[in-house]
Amino acid sequence: MAREITYRDALREALREEMDRDERVFLMGEDIGAYEGSYVVTRGFLQEYGRKRVRDTPISELAIVGLANGAAMGGLRPVVELMTINFSLLAMDQIVNHAAKIHYMFNGQFTVPIVIRTASGWGQLGATHSQTFEAWYAHVPGLRVVMPATPKDAKGFLKSAIRSDDPVMFIEHSLIYRNRGEVPEGEYLLPLEGAEVRREGTDVTIVSWSRGYYLAMGAAEELAREGIEAEVIDMRVLRPLDTDTVVRSVQKTNRLVIVEESWRTLGMGAEIAAAVQEQAFDYLDAPIARVGSVEVPMPYAKNLERLVIPGKDEVVAAVREVLYRDLAAAR
Amino acid sequence: MTSPDGSRTKDLTLGKDDLLHLYRQMVAIRKFEERAAEQYAHGKIGGFLHLYIGEEAIAVGAIDAMEDRDHVVTHYRDHGYAIALGTDPRRLMAELFGRSTGVAGGRGGSMHFADPEHNFWGGYAIVAGHLPIATGLALASQYLEQNYVVLCFFGDGATNNGAFHESLNFASLWKLPVLFICENNQYGMGTAVEYASAVREMAKKAIAYDIPAERIDGQDVLEVREAVKKALDHCRAGNGPFFLEALTYRFRGHSMADPEAYRTKEEVEEWRREDPILRFRGKLLAEGVATEDELNAIDSEVDAQMEEAVRFADESPVPDPSTLTDYVYTEPVAVR
Ligand SMILES: Cc1ncc(C[n+]2csc(CCOP(=O)(O)OP(=O)(O)O)c2C)c(N)n1
Ligand SMILES: [Mg+2]
Repeated sequence: MAREITYRDALREALREEMDRDERVFLMGEDIGAYEGSYVVTRGFLQEYGRKRVRDTPISELAIVGLANGAAMGGLRPVVELMTINFSLLAMDQIVNHAAKIHYMFNGQFTVPIVIRTASGWGQLGATHSQTFEAWYAHVPGLRVVMPATPKDAKGFLKSAIRSDDPVMFIEHSLIYRNRGEVPEGEYLLPLEGAEVRREGTDVTIVSWSRGYYLAMGAAEELAREGIEAEVIDMRVLRPLDTDTVVRSVQKTNRLVIVEESWRTLGMGAEIAAAVQEQAFDYLDAPIARVGSVEVPMPYAKNLERLVIPGKDEVVAAVREVLYRDLAAAR
Repeated sequence: MTSPDGSRTKDLTLGKDDLLHLYRQMVAIRKFEERAAEQYAHGKIGGFLHLYIGEEAIAVGAIDAMEDRDHVVTHYRDHGYAIALGTDPRRLMAELFGRSTGVAGGRGGSMHFADPEHNFWGGYAIVAGHLPIATGLALASQYLEQNYVVLCFFGDGATNNGAFHESLNFASLWKLPVLFICENNQYGMGTAVEYASAVREMAKKAIAYDIPAERIDGQDVLEVREAVKKALDHCRAGNGPFFLEALTYRFRGHSMADPEAYRTKEEVEEWRREDPILRFRGKLLAEGVATEDELNAIDSEVDAQMEEAVRFADESPVPDPSTLTDYVYTEPVAVR
């Protein structure tokens, strides 16, 4: 029934199926056509669908999203690609002041059904090209923010995002496009909410999303070898945020480690930790640990970059810390 | 387009030393970039690497026309300007290698480094993000009456961004001493100008802001030099900004990861015949300014210099981990 495909192919399938289903769905973004996408997600799309539906744009992020907003109000279903989340900052005004507001402030008279596909990631790309901003968007009421980790979620979420009448920030990750995973045959949609327990465990809960989920799973496997059973939760959707699933898990494991690639200050981890202490304070047997980036702009040099971005070892160390296994644990 | 015999190159009004200096500078950039590409392939350089091969005449001609007090601000395709400004290629290569001896200590990499000692005020990797910065630097010049001009380089693609238009308007409105130099290499990544810009001549965009503008041959180092000299005089005299559009072409992909599906081999070949170095070389030979031997000797000297740059970079230490949090703030602040 299910097949193994890559995250990138899952995205392609979602785009194709929705474009085939609905003429109003069209793609717009820098280098998505002739160049086939900076992360080649839209390979072959220009030939297949033509320039009307696969629109290469100027380097005008603000106007790309602004036009998408207007086109969506006018009855279209734009799927915008912003090359990386770093460049989404140039479109922040259209995303935050416009897309997220129009439905509400006009008393529900308009909808803005846009999808903004963009990518987080790093890899010696330096200070301006290595940032992780999902928390910034998750801060804003009116936006839906999804950050799928697996091919199955990538496809199901993207299809649902395109059909959603709300503006959706759909955040991919440059380092997981080649990851493979099971994807159902045939059409399916996934609701744009809900975290998922991906590994059951009794000793500690590790929460993450996107690439961080793979770190968490890696750490859990390593910990299992020393007899520590970690429950791993993939948050999947960052707004609306499903903290209930985390709370239920913490009620069972009594310990929580949150793994995020971004800076911890005012990040997703802070929000999740706050929710857990509100709803499960009495269940906690140790302070909640957050594993995140060192709070510096990203350095280029490989050895420094490695110090900034958390790896599996830091996750393992944090788990030992909340289990008081290794009092000298790093971080 | 004609073959690179130099026949369309501007007349030689400079002395031999100056001409050979221009030649050497262009060759230095070319060979630096070739070594960088090779080292990227060897895994010594990571991330995004954008080469300036094919466009050397613009940086070299423009920077030769500058005065010592003038400043350069540019985008991420930035090695060439630094070399033309006199940045030590060893320290530049070390930056690309991410080593502590690099011009930015290995923190910035290819896309983000600066060398203010040599008037290089930075390469910036957000397209068009540096235009307001260049314009602001010009504001400082005007305000402090320092009479320097800012040379701001950017691509055709950048002219479609709001930051470009807002900067040009400011520069013209406040008569700021900034020279905008658009390197129109026909593409922004894989998107041809015709698919990105309603106006095919970038110079026209400046005219909309009442900024005098000119379109020049970016493959002719002498034409660039002359045009930039005149433009700098205009800016320095307090007449406000000037805009040059230099027509050019990048011979390599946008970055090292570019399969170049968006352009034909024939088109690239045609432009390779407009190689700025070969054209200038042809001119120098045709006019009897230098012999083949003299030019070959320069090539070999530069080769050795770039070989040394790679060796230096490779032998340099990586940054000390204890420096990770330096420069987040200007004074020590606890960083987690
Ligand atoms: C705001 C922003 N959007 C997108 C990018 C990705 N990007 C890097 S270079 C580039 C093309 C720029 O083209 P052009 O200005 O013509 O300069 P060239 O590379 O041709 O020298 C793009 C789209 C970016 N760095 N910044
Ligand atoms: Mg260009």
